[in-house]
Amino acid sequence: MIKPILDVYAAQLKTSLAVQFQYRVSMMIWMIGRIIQPLIFLVVWTTVSRARGGEVNGYSEGDFAAYFILQMIVSQATFSWIMWEYDYIIRTGQFSFKLLRPIHPIHADIADNLAYKTLTLVILIPAALLLAWLFPPNFQWQWWNVGAGLLAIALAFIVRFTLEWTLALAAFWTTRINAINQTYDVTFIFLSGFFAPLAVMPESVQILANLLPFRWLLAFPIELLLGRLTVQETLIGFAMQGFWLLATLTLLSFVWRAGVKQYSAVGS
Amino acid sequence: MNQLRILWTFFRLGAMNEMAYRANFFTQIFQAVISLTLALGGLAVVFSQTDSLAGWRPAELTALVGIYLLVGGFINLMIQPSMQRFMEDIRLGTLDFLILKPADVQFLVSVRQIEIWKIIDVLLGAGVLVVALAQLGEQIGLWQAATFGLALLTGGTIVYSFWMILATSAFWFVKTENILVIFQAMYNAGRWPVTIYPGWLQMILTFLVPITFAVTVPAEALTGRLTGQTLLLSIALAVALFFIARRFWQFGMRFYAGASA
Repeated sequence: MIKPILDVYAAQLKTSLAVQFQYRVSMMIWMIGRIIQPLIFLVVWTTVSRARGGEVNGYSEGDFAAYFILQMIVSQATFSWIMWEYDYIIRTGQFSFKLLRPIHPIHADIADNLAYKTLTLVILIPAALLLAWLFPPNFQWQWWNVGAGLLAIALAFIVRFTLEWTLALAAFWTTRINAINQTYDVTFIFLSGFFAPLAVMPESVQILANLLPFRWLLAFPIELLLGRLTVQETLIGFAMQGFWLLATLTLLSFVWRAGVKQYSAVGS
Repeated sequence: MNQLRILWTFFRLGAMNEMAYRANFFTQIFQAVISLTLALGGLAVVFSQTDSLAGWRPAELTALVGIYLLVGGFINLMIQPSMQRFMEDIRLGTLDFLILKPADVQFLVSVRQIEIWKIIDVLLGAGVLVVALAQLGEQIGLWQAATFGLALLTGGTIVYSFWMILATSAFWFVKTENILVIFQAMYNAGRWPVTIYPGWLQMILTFLVPITFAVTVPAEALTGRLTGQTLLLSIALAVALFFIARRFWQFGMRFYAGASA
C-alpha cells in the first residue's frame, strides 16, 4: 500500500523538479514578493515597538525580528497556489488529464508543491540569513522546540494543503473563484499571525482566531520555534492540528466525490 | 487638443469593451473592498498599539492609504495595461498597425489599453482621501493643497516614465513580463510611509522602483511634511525621466523590425 505511493511521489518529484527548473528565473522573481512581505511587516512592528519604548505585548524588537523571519520560512513551507491553479484548469477543461490517472490527483499536486519548495530553498535560506543579519533576532528555544517545531510545520503544511485543495474544488460549481480566494487570503492574513503576532492583535480577533484553523497553520509553528509555548500549550496546539486535519480530510473526501460528479469538461 | 480627443476615444473604447462583461463591475468592486479592508485593517491593528507610526497620526496614514489606492488604481487603469499591450505588440510584431496611425506613436501606446473598471479603485482611493482630509480638518492650507497636486503629478510622471523605459527595453529583451511581478511586489511597500524602512530599502523604493515619489511624497505634501528640497528633486527627476523615456523610445524604435521583416 505505502510502497507504490512512495514510488509515485519519487517519480512525480523528479519530473516536477525538472519542469520547474526550466522556470528558475521567474521563480526567483516571484520570491521577491514572498520575502518583501514579511520584511514590510517586520519594519512596521519594529517602528511600533520603538514608539512604545521597545516592547509591544511581550514582543521586543528582537522578538519581532525572530517572529517575522520564522513567518517567512513557515509561510513559504506551508503555502500553496492550488486555489488559483484549479480555477484555471477546471475552467479550461485541462483537469480531465488529471482525472485520467489511476491515482488521486492530490498526490501529484503535493509532489509538485514539494518540488517547488525544495528549489526555492536556494533563495529562502540566504534571505533568512540576510534578514537575521539586518535585524538581529532573539531566539529562546529549548532542545525540544526544534524537533517539535519541524513536526508542527509538517502538520501545518498537510492541513493547509488539504484545506486549500478542498476550497480549490469550488471551481467545480462556480467560475467566480477570485472572490472566494481573495476573501480567504484576507482572512488568513489577519487571523493566522501573518500580519502580526496574535498577541498584539485586538482581543476580538484573538477569540475569532481560536475558533478557526488558521492560527494552527502559521502562528503555532512560529511561536513553538520561538520558544514561547509551554509543554501544555504545545500539546494543545498539536491536538488542534490533529482535529483540523481530521476535519479537512473529511471535508475533502466529501467535496471531492460531489465535485467530480458535477464536473463536465469543456467540449464534452 | 487632439491628444485629449484620442484619450477620450480610448476611454470610450475601454468602456464599450467592458460593457460586454458587466458582471466584472461587481468583481472589481469586491476586489477594491478587499484591498481597502487589508490596508485599513492593518492600520487599525497598528494604531490599537500606538498613537503614531514614525510621527504619522491615524488620519495622516489614512490619507496615505487613500493616495496608495488612488495611484495604484491609476496605474492599473491605464499605465500597466497599455504597457503590457505594448510589450506584447513588440513581441508579435503587431506594433506595425500602430505606427501607421497619424498621431504620436508613443502617446498611442501609452494610453491605448484602458481597464475601465479600475476606475473604481481610483474613486475609492479618492473617497478614503476625502474622509481622511475631513479628519485632518483645517490643517490643510492652500500651500499644502498646491504642493500635493504638484507632487501627485510628478509622481505619476515618474511612474509612467519608469514603466515606459522598462517596456521599451522589450525591443531587445522580448520576455519582460517579470517586470510586472517585481513592480507589484514592491508597490505593496508603498502602503506605509517609506521613511520607516531602513536606508537601503528606501533607496530601492525611491530610485529603482520609484514608489516613494508616487505615494509617500504626495502624502508628505498633504500633511505639511514635504521639504522644498524633496519637491525640487521630485520635479527634476520627473522632467529628466520623462525626457529619457522619450529619447529611449525613439532610440528603440530604430531597432523595431516589424512582423514579417
